[in-house]
Amino acid sequence: MTAGGNPAGGGKPEEARRIASILAGNVEEFHELIRPYERSVYVMALALLKVEADAEEVAQEALLKAFRNLKSFRAEARFGTWLISIALNEARSRLRRGTGVKLESLDEPEEAPGHISPALLRDWREIPSEALERLEVRAALQQAIAALPPIYKEVFLLREAQEMDIRETAEALGISAAAVKVRLHRARLMLQATLAPQLRRLNPGRRRFPWS
Amino acid sequence: MVIDCKHVWDHISGYLDGELSAEERAIVQKHLEHCEICSAILDSTRNILILTADERVFELPLDYSARLHARLDEEIRRLRA
Repeated sequence: MTAGGNPAGGGKPEEARRIASILAGNVEEFHELIRPYERSVYVMALALLKVEADAEEVAQEALLKAFRNLKSFRAEARFGTWLISIALNEARSRLRRGTGVKLESLDEPEEAPGHISPALLRDWREIPSEALERLEVRAALQQAIAALPPIYKEVFLLREAQEMDIRETAEALGISAAAVKVRLHRARLMLQATLAPQLRRLNPGRRRFPWS
Repeated sequence: MVIDCKHVWDHISGYLDGELSAEERAIVQKHLEHCEICSAILDSTRNILILTADERVFELPLDYSARLHARLDEEIRRLRA
């Protein structure tokens, strides 16, 4: 899996050829077909389920389901968004079956009213990606994302971690592009509010205004 | 046109995605030039987005891919049996 690969880059002619070939009987090719999406399917399952073992099981189930139902995949859709929507459905039905995981506000009301106030800072010192080598930085990010309400977390991860565009995110979730934008905005500000103060404390490069 | 900080916060996401109209963008930009708080909010948000997009944040379980493809192989064998 290459870094920064775009799992949503569907509509690729090569992919369409491969799908046709699988449907014609070359089922082994399914291995290669799903490789670019293995990661996204897992991350999205983990977003809902929070337990790694559950997420892995759901990711496997979703990809096997996609294999069995490949003939129902519609060519005008993107294969990546189709896989993600299967994975999210699997994860949701697992939550509804209540296998030990508390049914979190899955059906929570649309957009909660009111402003989200960001964390107010006087300056920001860039935190380089190398900081992710530190466990506590990764943990802070994981926990803050995990704490987002599900409807915001889904949009945020599809858009930021999976690098889907707004249309693809809307397609994968079965919601409007306008709803994607609203949720994305709220998710980003919620994360800024939680993470900016935490990351600032963790950023060792900071010298100026340690009291601000 | 002078706008307040709260108005700018409402447009941060659209600003980052380049989705504002030319007029809105100009208004926000003008505000950012003299408001260090809003500039810091914008910079920190952008920074957080770059960090969360990094694959190191969500690591796959060890041998996840191997287990997945082994299951797929089983399924293919079953299909052919």
